[in-house]
Amino acid sequence: MLSTKQKLGWAIVTVLVLIYALFPVLSILMTSFKSPADLSSGKFLPSQFVTDNYEQIFVGDAKDLFLPALWNSIGISLIATFIAVVLATLCAYAIARLDFPGKRIVLTTALMVSMFPVISIVTPLFNLWRQVGLYDTWLGLIIPYLSLTLPISIWTLAAFFQQIPWDLERAAQVDGASTWQAFRKVIVPLTAPGVFTTAIIAFFIAWNDFVYGIGLTSTSAARPVPAALAFFTGASQFEDPAGAISAAAIIVTIPVVLLVLAFQRQIVSGLTQGAVKG
Amino acid sequence: MAAITMQNLVKKYDDGFPAVNDVSIDVADGEFLILVGPSGCGKSTLLRMVVGLEDITSGELLIDGERVNDKAPRDRNLSMVFQNYALYPHLTVYENIAFPLRLSKGQFSNDEIDRKVRAASDTLDLDDHLERKPANLSGGQRQRVAMGRAIVRDADAFLFDEPLSNLDAKLRGQMRTEIAQLQRRMGITSIYVTHDQTEAMTLGDRVAVLKKGVLQQIASPRELYEQPVNLFVAGFIGAPSMNFLPARIEGNVFKTPIGDIDVPERVQQKVSGKNDIVLLGLRPEHFEDSKFVDEAKVPHGTTFEAEFTHTEWLGNQQYGYRQFEQDQAVKHKLDELAKDLDADEMPSQVVVSLDASSRIRGGTAANIWLDARRMHVFDPETGENLTRDEEAGAELTREATEEREAETERARQKADRESGGTHRDNGAAHTGDRTADTPRRDASDRAAAGDRSDADILRTDTRDGNATGDRPEAGGRHRADDAPWQGQGGSTSA
Repeated sequence: MLSTKQKLGWAIVTVLVLIYALFPVLSILMTSFKSPADLSSGKFLPSQFVTDNYEQIFVGDAKDLFLPALWNSIGISLIATFIAVVLATLCAYAIARLDFPGKRIVLTTALMVSMFPVISIVTPLFNLWRQVGLYDTWLGLIIPYLSLTLPISIWTLAAFFQQIPWDLERAAQVDGASTWQAFRKVIVPLTAPGVFTTAIIAFFIAWNDFVYGIGLTSTSAARPVPAALAFFTGASQFEDPAGAISAAAIIVTIPVVLLVLAFQRQIVSGLTQGAVKG
Repeated sequence: MAAITMQNLVKKYDDGFPAVNDVSIDVADGEFLILVGPSGCGKSTLLRMVVGLEDITSGELLIDGERVNDKAPRDRNLSMVFQNYALYPHLTVYENIAFPLRLSKGQFSNDEIDRKVRAASDTLDLDDHLERKPANLSGGQRQRVAMGRAIVRDADAFLFDEPLSNLDAKLRGQMRTEIAQLQRRMGITSIYVTHDQTEAMTLGDRVAVLKKGVLQQIASPRELYEQPVNLFVAGFIGAPSMNFLPARIEGNVFKTPIGDIDVPERVQQKVSGKNDIVLLGLRPEHFEDSKFVDEAKVPHGTTFEAEFTHTEWLGNQQYGYRQFEQDQAVKHKLDELAKDLDADEMPSQVVVSLDASSRIRGGTAANIWLDARRMHVFDPETGENLTRDEEAGAELTREATEEREAETERARQKADRESGGTHRDNGAAHTGDRTADTPRRDASDRAAAGDRSDADILRTDTRDGNATGDRPEAGGRHRADDAPWQGQGGSTSA
């Protein structure tokens, strides 16, 4: 057990980290409640809490910019996540269970792809997408997002599959299950926590992307929120759009927080306990 | 119900290592076969080949005469209990047991599934735990759930892969008894893998001893014990294990480090013309303090003077230990044997079982009588048993087979009677009887003719307890708990 002194030490470190991580969020939250005149006051708290900025992005001038972008972001990220998780589940299962030539190559390639600098692909992709007609479409973003989400999904899921005792699957086969039934009835339910974790990570990666979002779109047909934020302007050319941007930033943070809260239990729970002698 | 036939089964891995090498075993319908051997002898691999989880490199595997080499596990209709239980952690106990039934879609209605699951849970005493998850169960309960999953469907055979090795010693004894009774009651062909020779001896109708993928001997426990084919089997079966004494033949006398032993007549012919040095295989209970030997028995053996290093008194019996200088001519062979048996080296000492009331103590010279009729002589080079009596051995195994058939038949009749609903017994009274009775009489002396009827009564009693819903295993548990393996050798020699 930790001594009181150690506990105190940990508490101080935790508080420091929390302040470091949450202070910017708090600052943005405060800014989002400031009136345009208040923005350059230099004070942390708004002199008066107003919801002008939220009105602006949901029903006001910025509505046409923000709402389609929000819809694009949600749709594109969800689809990219779904495809990535399904593909990665099958791939990781094969990697964890089967001994096939090229297994290492799949894993190293996945790792290399995830390390490749995104910015260097955007320009060639921009040209290619224009020629094949994928520019400024959902699909045009989903495909590059898969290149970001698949590698990490494969790696996390493969690690997860390797933890599941192989005997469970064998037992299912002896009990009369086909390979597919054993996978679906035994392995998939057990991997659920891993799949949730992976899905959430993949979703965040797609949700947070800026480079592809701004490079491969031109209209609200496919532009996601992070890119759309850059197009915010004030009521006039000379007005600072910081308030509206902050409000939008807060709005796009909410799904992330909700997701983590909702799936915290699945992420944390060790569902495999009791499968074999503990 | 099915007979399983293995013909020249071979399993070679990619690197060419033969994990199982040319094994042929016939498992009769309703037989309980044990595969036993030290770790790495290929017993689990062989079992997995039978169930279909390992490919068969060459050889034939037949279930009821039908070749199943290329069938998937689910098409072989066998059920298996895994070493780590392999329970599905996301399902309740009920659903775990129901799992095989639910997989055979359309074959069972929900009502049928429910009935079968409850019958299985009733048999295994799991009724209170049906809605719990495996994570919340104790080791013994998990073991039962794994058994439940195996018995719930009508499989052709049960396969057990070291099912008790994860339990503590006490539970292991209980579950061993339960498995034995379950198998007899259901009369179903079973193959059971273990490295524990106690389990092998008490459960098996026949025991197959494997070493490095090669079948050494397959026989009833009694034959293995009394007529082993070679040094390996002799050293593996029995606890405390058989003593191996180097002996130089000089005329009619074995010169051994513990004293001179007359060469018995039946042995003389077999060792004449052989090398001048042999290994004597002497079980601890072949010895006795000469003061406690019946007059009538004395001529059958030889008496010599020995001095023990120390003795151990255990209440019901006594062991004497005598260190000796190992003969260099046989040392390499014995060290090799020790390695095969998973030990570091063969201790150069003789363990002798003495009457509990013997006053022999360490350091005093005493007269020891050796029963020469039961002595084995091994060739130190080939390890072969020179004194093995094929016929006597075969007779022992044949007897065991007959007993099994009779026993299964009785169990079947009993079940018929019970299903008729006419037979009711007072289970509580019997429980009392059982706990008071001699430890493990039914299992160890199964083959002893004189005890046969008594043993049967014990077994059938337990079944009654089951039927009337009384805590059925209570008696069995007690018996198994205080049943040290050593009891067998001592009691049969007396």
